[in-house]
Amino acid sequence: MNDQSQSIALSSRAAALRGRPSIPAFLASGTKIGGTLLKAAALAVFAFLLFGPLANLALWSVAERWYAPFKLPVSYGMRYWEVVFRPTGDAMSSLATSVSIASLVVVVALAVSVPAGYALARLRLPWRTFIMILFLLPQAFPSVAIYINVARVFYSLGLTGTIPGVVLVHAAHGLVYSVWIAAAAFAAVDRDLELAARNMGASPLRAFATVTLPLAAPGIMASGIFVFLESLDEFTGTFFVGVPQVTTLPLLLYNASMGGNYQIASITALILLVPSVLFMLIIERFLKADVLSKVGQ
Amino acid sequence: MSRPSLLGFLLIAPALLMIGVLFLYPLGFSLASAVTAGGQLSLTHFEKAFELYSTDILFTIFVVIVSTILTAIFSIMIAGVLTLSETPWLVAGLRALYRWPLFIPFIVAAQCMRTFLAKNGLMNNTLVATGVLEPLQATSFLDWRGIIITFVWKQVPFVTLMLAGAMASIDRATIEAGRNLGASRPRILCELVLPQVAQTLLVGLVLSFVTMLSVLSVPMMVAGSQPTMLTVDMAFRINSYGDYATANALGVISYALSAVAAWIYLRHNVKREVQA
Repeated sequence: MNDQSQSIALSSRAAALRGRPSIPAFLASGTKIGGTLLKAAALAVFAFLLFGPLANLALWSVAERWYAPFKLPVSYGMRYWEVVFRPTGDAMSSLATSVSIASLVVVVALAVSVPAGYALARLRLPWRTFIMILFLLPQAFPSVAIYINVARVFYSLGLTGTIPGVVLVHAAHGLVYSVWIAAAAFAAVDRDLELAARNMGASPLRAFATVTLPLAAPGIMASGIFVFLESLDEFTGTFFVGVPQVTTLPLLLYNASMGGNYQIASITALILLVPSVLFMLIIERFLKADVLSKVGQ
Repeated sequence: MSRPSLLGFLLIAPALLMIGVLFLYPLGFSLASAVTAGGQLSLTHFEKAFELYSTDILFTIFVVIVSTILTAIFSIMIAGVLTLSETPWLVAGLRALYRWPLFIPFIVAAQCMRTFLAKNGLMNNTLVATGVLEPLQATSFLDWRGIIITFVWKQVPFVTLMLAGAMASIDRATIEAGRNLGASRPRILCELVLPQVAQTLLVGLVLSFVTMLSVLSVPMMVAGSQPTMLTVDMAFRINSYGDYATANALGVISYALSAVAAWIYLRHNVKREVQA
C-alpha cells in the first residue's frame, strides 16, 4: 500500500517535471481548451453522421407533405401512422406474416440445433471443425446466387410463395447462430453437475432435461433471439422465394420505397428498428461472457 | 467419450440435412448451371456475363474494396480512440454512440440513406444551413458514393466492436512503455497496437467484404441506375428473363471474389503459423 502510493507520488512528480516548463501557463491552457473543442466537434460530427440518417427517417414518418425546395416537411401529421396501423392495412398483415414466419423459424432452427449443439459440445464427433464450418457457409457465400437456385428447386416442389418455403430458407440462414451458440451454451455447463445427477440415479435423458438443458437455457434463448431477428430482417431470401404471395415487413418497406411512398416505407422501417434496438439493449443479459468465449470453438 | 458416437451422428443429422438440402445442393446446382450448356461443359454463359456485365463486375469490385478500406480506416480510428484516449468523456460518448447501426437491418439502413443522401435530404440541408455548402452545389449522393457510405455506416460498428475487444485484451504495459518513451498516440496505435490485433481486423474485414458482396437491398434502393452491383444484375436476369444460366455465371464470379478474400485471410494465417 505504502509502496504503491509512493510510486504514484514519484510518477506524478516525474510527470510534472516532464510538463514543458518553457510554455507559459495561459498558452498551455489555451491549447487544452482548443483540444477539448476539437474533440467535442469531432464527436458532434460523428453523432450527426450516425443519427442523421435515422433522423431523416423519423422526419419522413411524420411528414404529411414534403417536397423539393423545403428543407423540412411542409406539414406534419400522424395520418400515415393511422394508415399503417389500420387493422385492415397492408402493414398489419405484413407484421403478422413477419412475426409468424420468424416464430416458426425459431421453432425449426432450435428443433434441429439443440440436439446438434449438444452433440457438438459433449459427444465425440469426427471432423468436428469441418461440421462447425459447414454451418457457417450459408453466411460466408454471396447469398443471392444461392437463393435463386433455392427458388428454382422450390418452384418445382410448389414451395415458392408459401410460408413453409420462406421459413426453411430463413432457418438455414440462421442455423450458424443457433448451432454455434447452442454448442457454446452446452459447453459452458459444468460437466460435474451432470455427473452428480447421473450418480444419484438419473437416466441420461433425465439428467439432460433437468440439469443440462435448464443451465444452457439462457444461451439457447439468446440464439433463438438471434434467429428471430435474422428472420425478421431478412430481405434477399424472401425476395426470391416468397414473392408474390408472402409479403413480410422488409418486402413491404421495399415496395413502398420503390413506389415513392416514403412515409409508409419510413414507418415500416421504424417498426423494424424496435426489436433491433431492444435486442441491442438486452443481449448482454442473455449472452454471458462464459458462453461468448466458447462461441465458434 | 472414447469412440465416435452413433448418438452424436443421429443428433446432428437433421441440421446437416438442412444445410445439405438448402445450401450445398443449390450451390452445386448454381456451379453446374454456370458451366454447362445443352448438357456439355461450356463457358458461353461466362462469355455472355462478361460481355453484358463487365462494367458492373468492375463496379462491384471497386465499391466493395473502397468500402472495405474505408471501414478499416474508421474502425481503427474509433477503436484506437476507445483504447488510447485519455479523455474519459470522449471515450464514454464514443462508446455509447458507435454501436447503434450494428443491429439495424440493411434494408432499413438503405431506406435511411435513400432519404438522407438525396439532393433535398437532411445531409445537404444541414450542410447548406451551416454554410458549408452553397444551395446550388448540393448534389444527390445516390450513386456509387451512396452505396459506399451505406456499407461503411453499417459495417464500421461491427469491425470496431471486434477490434476494440481485441485491443482491450492486449497487454497495457507495452502501451505504457511506449507512452513513457514519448511516442505519440497515433504512432503507438500504428506500431504497437495494430500489429497485435491484425488478425481480428482481418477477420472482421473479410466478413464485411463477403457481406457487402451479398447485399441486394442497398444497391437496389440507394443507387437505382447503371452501373450497379452484381447482386442486382442477378436479380434482373432472373426476374426479367428467367435467364438462370447467366445469373449463375455472375453468381460464380461473386463466389470467386469472396474466395479471393478468404484466400488472403488463409494465407495470412499460414504465414502466422509458420512464424510462430
